[in-house]
This record gives sequence, C-alpha cells and structure tokens, in this order.
Amino acid sequence: MPESAHRGSGNRPPIFAPVRDTQPKDVMDVIIENLPLYWEGFLRTLFLSAVSGVIALVLGTVLAAARVSPVAALRGFSMTYVEILRNTPLTIAFFFAAIVLPRLGVKFEQFEVAAIIALSAYTAAFIAEAVRSGVNSVPVGQAEAARSIGMKFGQVLSLIILPQALRTVIPPLINILIALVKNSSVAGAFFVLELFGYGRQLANANGDAVLAVLLGVAFFYLLITVPLGILASTVERKVAIAR
Amino acid sequence: MSSVLYDVPGPKARRVSLIGSVVGSLLILGLLAWIISTLAQQGIFEGRRWAIFTRADVWTLLGNGIGATLSAAAVAAVIAFPLGLLLCLMRISDLAAIRVPTRIVLEFLRGMPVVLMMFFVLLVFGTNQFIAVVAGLVLYNAAVFAEIIRAGIQSLPKGQREAGLTIGLTSFQSRMIIELPQAVRRMMPSLVAQLVVLLKDTSLGYIVAYGELLRAVQVMADFLGTQFLFPVFFVAAAIYIAINICVSRIAVWIERRGSKKAAGGVAKAEPEPIEAEVA
Repeated sequence: MPESAHRGSGNRPPIFAPVRDTQPKDVMDVIIENLPLYWEGFLRTLFLSAVSGVIALVLGTVLAAARVSPVAALRGFSMTYVEILRNTPLTIAFFFAAIVLPRLGVKFEQFEVAAIIALSAYTAAFIAEAVRSGVNSVPVGQAEAARSIGMKFGQVLSLIILPQALRTVIPPLINILIALVKNSSVAGAFFVLELFGYGRQLANANGDAVLAVLLGVAFFYLLITVPLGILASTVERKVAIAR
Repeated sequence: MSSVLYDVPGPKARRVSLIGSVVGSLLILGLLAWIISTLAQQGIFEGRRWAIFTRADVWTLLGNGIGATLSAAAVAAVIAFPLGLLLCLMRISDLAAIRVPTRIVLEFLRGMPVVLMMFFVLLVFGTNQFIAVVAGLVLYNAAVFAEIIRAGIQSLPKGQREAGLTIGLTSFQSRMIIELPQAVRRMMPSLVAQLVVLLKDTSLGYIVAYGELLRAVQVMADFLGTQFLFPVFFVAAAIYIAINICVSRIAVWIERRGSKKAAGGVAKAEPEPIEAEVA
C-alpha cells in the first residue's frame, strides 16, 4: 500500500547531528547535486503522461463515438463510464488499480503499469466529454449535408464531424493533457519514482533544503505545463479567427 | 445533434440496433460477471468480510473520514472563491504593475500539481495536515476560479463596460457593479463543476496523511486486517463517488436552469466552458 508522507521530527535533522561539513551546504547545491535524479523523474513523468495520454485519447474518442452512436447499449455504457470515472477522485482510481486489478490476474512487475491504467482510464472520461462537446459544437447543417449526399453514420462521423470537432476540441484537450501531467504526480505517492516521487525522497533526505528541493520539482512541472498552456491558448486564438 | 447523425431507424435498422444492444449488453454483463466471479473465488464476497459493517465503530471511522473530507472541501471553497475574485480583478487590472505579476502567479499556480502544493505547505511551513490540504486546494482553485471568472467577463458584450464607464462609474466600480455579477452568473455551471474538482482533490489529502475518507479506509485496513481492505474500500469509494455525482448533478441543474432563463440574455454561457472541466 502507498506509504504516507513522512513528516515530523524523524525527518528533520536531529539536534545532535553527526558532524558534517562545517560549512552549511548551499541550498542550490542540493538541487545541482541531484540534477540527475530530477532529470530521471522528469523523464519518467513525461513517459507516464505520454503513454497514458495516448491511451486516453484513443479510449476517450471511442467512448465519445459510442455516446452518439445509434446502439443504445453503447450509449448507456459510455454514459455510465464517463459519469462514474469523472466523479471518481484520482486517488481512488489509483487505489482501485492497486488493490483490485492484481486480484483480477492483471500482473504487473512495477506499479507503473497500474499507474498508467489508472491515469488513462480516468483521463479518458474527460476526453470523451470534451470530444462529445466538440461533436455537438459542429453546426447541424454539416451532418445534414453529409447525410443528404448519402453518407452513413461512420462516414458522417469520421469524414465530416470529427475532423471539424477536433479543431474546436484541441484547446480543451490540451488542457486535459496538462491536467494529466499534473495528475501523474499522484503516482509518486504510489511508489512510482517520477518527479513528485523523487521530490519527496529528496525533501525527506534534505530536511534543511526542503524549499529549494520542492521549488526544483515545481520548476520541472512548469517546464511541461506552461508551454502546453501557451500552445493551448495559441491554438484557441487561431481557431477563434477561423470560425 | 446525435439524432442528425443517422437516419430515423426503420424496422431493419431497429432490429440490427436491438441485436447490437443485446450483444453489447451481454458482453458488458459478461465482463462484469467474470470480474465478480474472479473476485468471489478469492473470497471477497464472504459474509464475514462484510460483517464488519454491522459494527458501529467502523461507521464512526467512515463518518469521521467523510467529515474530514467535506470540511476540508468546504473551508477551501469558502476561502478560494473570494480569493479567486480578487485574483481575477488583479489579473484584468488597468495597471500593468498589478496585471503582469498576477498573471505570472496564476500561471505558476495553475501549472503545479495540487499534491505538490499540499506537500510544500506541509513541509516548508510545518503546518498540520488540515491546513496543508486546505492551502493546497485554495491556491490551486483560487487560480482556476480567477480564470473562469475572467473568461466570463471577457465573454460579456463590450457595451456593458462601456455603458458603465459612460454613466460615470470608475473602472473598478464598473467591474464590481456591472461586470462581475453577470460574469459570475454566466459561469455558474463551470464554477460548480470546479467545486466537484475541489471536492475530488481532497482525496489527495491521503498522500499528505490527512485523515480523510481514504485515509480512514487505510487506517481501518491496518487496524482490522488487510482482508477487510476490500469491503471498506468499496464502501468508501461508493460514498465518495455518490457525493461527487450529487454535486455534479447540481451543476447540471444550474446549467439547465440558467439556459431556461437565457431569454434574459445573461445566463447562457457559450459552449466553451468545456475547458474549465478539467480533471
């Protein structure tokens, strides 16, 4: 089970600390010394986010298509899935992946796999909702025109609606992916050594430089999220002009 | 929209769709049955495992967990909303000296994982877990609230502000009296949706060892034995999800109510607030 955050006197430097360097270590040194760890965590976070993101995009689009399909069972399933997953706290999704999946015979060597499953299942629900809103934002005339020239459901959706919907949907999708990157930090609490996981270790190991250590972690997160955010608003502006 | 995508089904199409529905349902039911039977084989559903729910202390612990979850969410929401308003006003201030730093701060807050902020407050300021959880939630959600309200203000017709300024209101008065009330009302669905996010994020308190619902589950499992982890987790998850679905429903209800009043020209938001609904 996930370990709890360690806190309290146990992690603070003891009062009668064993004699270390006479000079108190500069806080920046802690970051520079541990840059390889940060880098490794950063790559792991990127990896988790990328893999979960791709799975979630595919799954979410399929769910959105099911949601507007003529088959009632698919609609019902997609609706239930989205409703439940969207209202599930991510930590519970992780817990579920951690304690239920192994019992169903899903074996994973590392907890990373469970983290990817939890993250992508959770994110897919949000992507499905965003794509569905995008489908609804395409003017009805588009579907009517496509239908009137004899296209079938699959054709209408894949050739006419989805390509247009995707354009409106890209900014919200990027925002969901940003949330995914941030959400991957929950994996750090479940034994996956990504950015937050390493950050926690470093914070526990360097009780005197917690501030610097955590700001370092924050920096690496911002390195992913801020460019993505700028990308989202740029795309949004472009789409706004096109419409 | 979805009804335009395909023909009104005729008898044949209806039959195909019915078969599809039946096959689809059977597949889903089959999957569920397989999951349940696999779990049952491992003794998950034995009565003795679930008998703990007849004990009052189990419910007391769960109740405490729910109380901790809800109180953290409530305190955070009450602080985050006014703070969000303030940040929003600063973000759209006429003075670049206020606007630019606020923008940077907002970008910073929105780009960080909530759990990192909780952890930060916990370790750097040495607070107790409750304050750390509330602070993390407040910092993040105030930033999001600010962005939502700003989007609302920007979506108002330009004439609103111009009219306000014309009748001699100061810029600040126009914001407070004319624009903010309309923006908040317009963005109500997104704001409530964000409340659901806030409520869900209290579960991150688990990671910083705050005694919320999930932590209560963990404590019980440690205390009673791991064989009870499963039942307790399931009940707690069900409670959590039920609470969240209720709040989401309120958001949907407000949205419907708003769009009915759209004749007044204020309430209906553009189909845009999808982006606010992010994890």
